[in-house]
Amino acid sequence: MSIKVFIPTPLRPYTEKKEIVEVNGHTVDDVLRNLTSKYSDIRQHLYSENGDLRSYVNIYVNDEDIRYLEKEKTQLKESDTVSIIPSIAGGVGVTTFEDEIQLSNEEVLRYSRHLIIPEVGLSGQKKLKAAKVLMIGAGGLGSPLGLYLAAAGIGKIGIVDFDVVDLTNLQRQVLHFTQDVGRSKLDSARETLYGINPNVEIETYGERLSSENALRVFADYDVIVDGTDNFPTRYLVNDACVILGKPNVYGSILRFDGQVSVFDAKRGPCYRCLYPAPPPPGLVPSCAEGGVLGVLPGIIGSLQALEVIKLILGQGEPLIGRLVLFDALKFKFRELKLRRNPECPICGDNPTIHELIDYEEFCGIVPRAVETEEIVDDKTEITVEQLKTRLVRGDDIFLLDVREPHEYEVVNIGAYLIPLSTLPRRINELDRSKEIVVHCKSGARSARAAKYLRENGFKAVRNLIGGINAWAERIDPSLPRY
Amino acid sequence: MIRISREVVLRIEKHGERTYPDECCGIMLGVNNGVDRIVEEIVELENEQNENRRRRFFVTPKQYLRAERAAAGRKLELLGFYHSHPDHPAVPSEFDKDHALPWFTYIVVSITNGKAEDMTAWLLLETREGFDNKEIMIEEEVDSKR
Repeated sequence: MSIKVFIPTPLRPYTEKKEIVEVNGHTVDDVLRNLTSKYSDIRQHLYSENGDLRSYVNIYVNDEDIRYLEKEKTQLKESDTVSIIPSIAGGVGVTTFEDEIQLSNEEVLRYSRHLIIPEVGLSGQKKLKAAKVLMIGAGGLGSPLGLYLAAAGIGKIGIVDFDVVDLTNLQRQVLHFTQDVGRSKLDSARETLYGINPNVEIETYGERLSSENALRVFADYDVIVDGTDNFPTRYLVNDACVILGKPNVYGSILRFDGQVSVFDAKRGPCYRCLYPAPPPPGLVPSCAEGGVLGVLPGIIGSLQALEVIKLILGQGEPLIGRLVLFDALKFKFRELKLRRNPECPICGDNPTIHELIDYEEFCGIVPRAVETEEIVDDKTEITVEQLKTRLVRGDDIFLLDVREPHEYEVVNIGAYLIPLSTLPRRINELDRSKEIVVHCKSGARSARAAKYLRENGFKAVRNLIGGINAWAERIDPSLPRY
Repeated sequence: MIRISREVVLRIEKHGERTYPDECCGIMLGVNNGVDRIVEEIVELENEQNENRRRRFFVTPKQYLRAERAAAGRKLELLGFYHSHPDHPAVPSEFDKDHALPWFTYIVVSITNGKAEDMTAWLLLETREGFDNKEIMIEEEVDSKR
């Protein structure tokens, strides 16, 4: 198939002064390849040394820039015209990007396996060095993410986290080591990342990300990576990224399932286009409640690191407008197409959200009493200390455990077991006349169970604050926490 | 050699002084007779560079296509582009070189403290390794037939 190619004035000396050249091809790539093999002197002006189209060379198919079509893979029809259109640029050149960023000999050697890939090369490695990436969370997803970003030579990595390393983290959070238990995650992460690559600048933010600080913290970064495990922060990260026009590399994990996408409201949908409203509180368990296979964040966090690096290099096809679902048990990756929602309250055509809101409230989370030893004078809750006192006193209390049988096997305090999901059909096993205390692992599921029982005619039902973990911690230290 | 009328030179200088301290840019249309290039007309362009306009100019693909059409409509050739270097010498920069096209004539005018000073003309070497400095001949009246 013969295609007409428009040649701009400065390149006509290489095409026998022809303004229009006809060459064969079915895609833009075919056509340019045939053009440069027919007129070989034109090549160096169209392509840079590493084989990419030069940044000031624009290729149009009819009136469309191929960057908005399928780039070089754009298919052509018989009547199409391919136009080569230079954008002219120049200026005083005291500082060019390439000159400003330099690699030391140590860095050249360190990044040698990058430098020899044409898609990265020296210019790509300089882009990585110039880049600033902010990680929200130094936990399961943040661990592989931080390790690979530091190893890849990202210039500046910011980390937001306010947590302390706990023994339960080490099963998956490979940034932290056994001797770090009890230390701040930021200190531990900084040490590990510097150990991998001392060339990386690491900035830490030891505060809970909030509507008050998010815009200030995000402003200095090129890419934001969401490695959080809760809905309020996820919506907060999304909205702050949309407001600031920054890409949000999203990942989430539970048990054997993971999700990854890149939300960039400038080029595609945002997180709210996918999930306009959060699920009701408690419906989707967190990893602490539901568990997660330790290697899963290793996979999903690495995929996030991959997308960050591609965005910075400007190479390949970013995961914008696509949601990848990974099922580790079946070993299946599925890809869903996402569309921008024109009705989206933040990135749509008529946005109603113009600033950050209260995300706890948006997600229906009511601030609850902090678990302390202070007396709770409430007919719906009981602390582990109060329960202990009453049991010692010999009060007739029926203990109900609403966890799963496999959790019961890990540790139990001899309570009657009815898993939460089976409670509605097994409710008749319980005696309405008795006083009941319900517990689970840390108090969330049992709160729902207690509420359900009260709604079904049980008069005296209390939720054990902090669950069996609080019991193990404060009453019977011989029991394991999990 | 680049032949150009005093009037056009003045217009380029005025354009650079007007946009100072930002850079200005524009297109040059004229005739290429195989020996000399004779600038007959210039068209001022808006500098489409969004950031750092003091140090950069940028001509978009749309502006470029309009320039090609303007040349064709007037039966002239698109000879090249001019731009200013505010408070910098009229010498092409490394950035200019990386973004230059072959064949085009690039005229650079230095503007120091708001006043036009030197004007130079350049052509990219075939090897892309540098620029060839071209002589500018300022004429009271240009006659392309001559």
